[in-house]
Amino acid sequence: MTVPQSARPGLYYPKMPLGWWLRRPNYIRFMIREVTSVFIAIFLVVLLIEVHMVAQGPEAYAAVVAKLRSPGWIVFNVVALAFALYHTVTWFKLTGVVQVVHLGERRVPPGLVVAGAFVAWGVVSLFILYWLLVRS
Amino acid sequence: MAPGKTIEPFWWSLFSVGGVVAAFLVPVHLFLHGLAIPLGWVSVTHARLLAFVGQPLIKVYLFVLIALPLYHCFHRLRFVLEDLGLHRFRAPIAVLCYGCAVAGTVATLWVLIRV
Repeated sequence: MTVPQSARPGLYYPKMPLGWWLRRPNYIRFMIREVTSVFIAIFLVVLLIEVHMVAQGPEAYAAVVAKLRSPGWIVFNVVALAFALYHTVTWFKLTGVVQVVHLGERRVPPGLVVAGAFVAWGVVSLFILYWLLVRS
Repeated sequence: MAPGKTIEPFWWSLFSVGGVVAAFLVPVHLFLHGLAIPLGWVSVTHARLLAFVGQPLIKVYLFVLIALPLYHCFHRLRFVLEDLGLHRFRAPIAVLCYGCAVAGTVATLWVLIRV
């Protein structure tokens, strides 16, 4: 049987007002979580520029760091850090639901999977700090 | 591609991997490069950073850190735009979002290879 390749048949989109997500705190939290990713993307682009400037020499790198010292960028990075942490927390909570871990015959409780993710995250973060700041 | 098959699972897997990378690695780098270094809480010399980014393993790390979460971010942005009611523009939104992520990958490779 040949199935014609149509554009995803059967998808129905209810008509929603533009501000539908403002109706419930849950919807608003969902939207905030989705939008956190924009801030993370902007930070990553800035980080890439930093890496590029490191390669260009000490003056170029110092200029980028000086720019990041401006109030606007500090505020942006504070907000972005809060959003990044929000992403981490929501992502790990999801991991407990999505990722089923078995130990022998028994399923590891989701709460323990989430706790494990947080511990691993702490260890990784401390290791990166140590690697960049202490180890020579 | 076989009839009825879509490329969607590919984007979803990149979304998922990028989400893990963003959850584990982005906060500490945001704290370091966005706040701690510019505000002078810690000092990392240029020579030290240059020595870091020259190492092949660090380059692989930076590629994972920068390129993969971009797929996560643009995937989310795609569905935010659709959820806001732009269903009629599904195809162009998808092309634009994933196009930006791919452009980000190319830019990351370009920077890292030249370092």
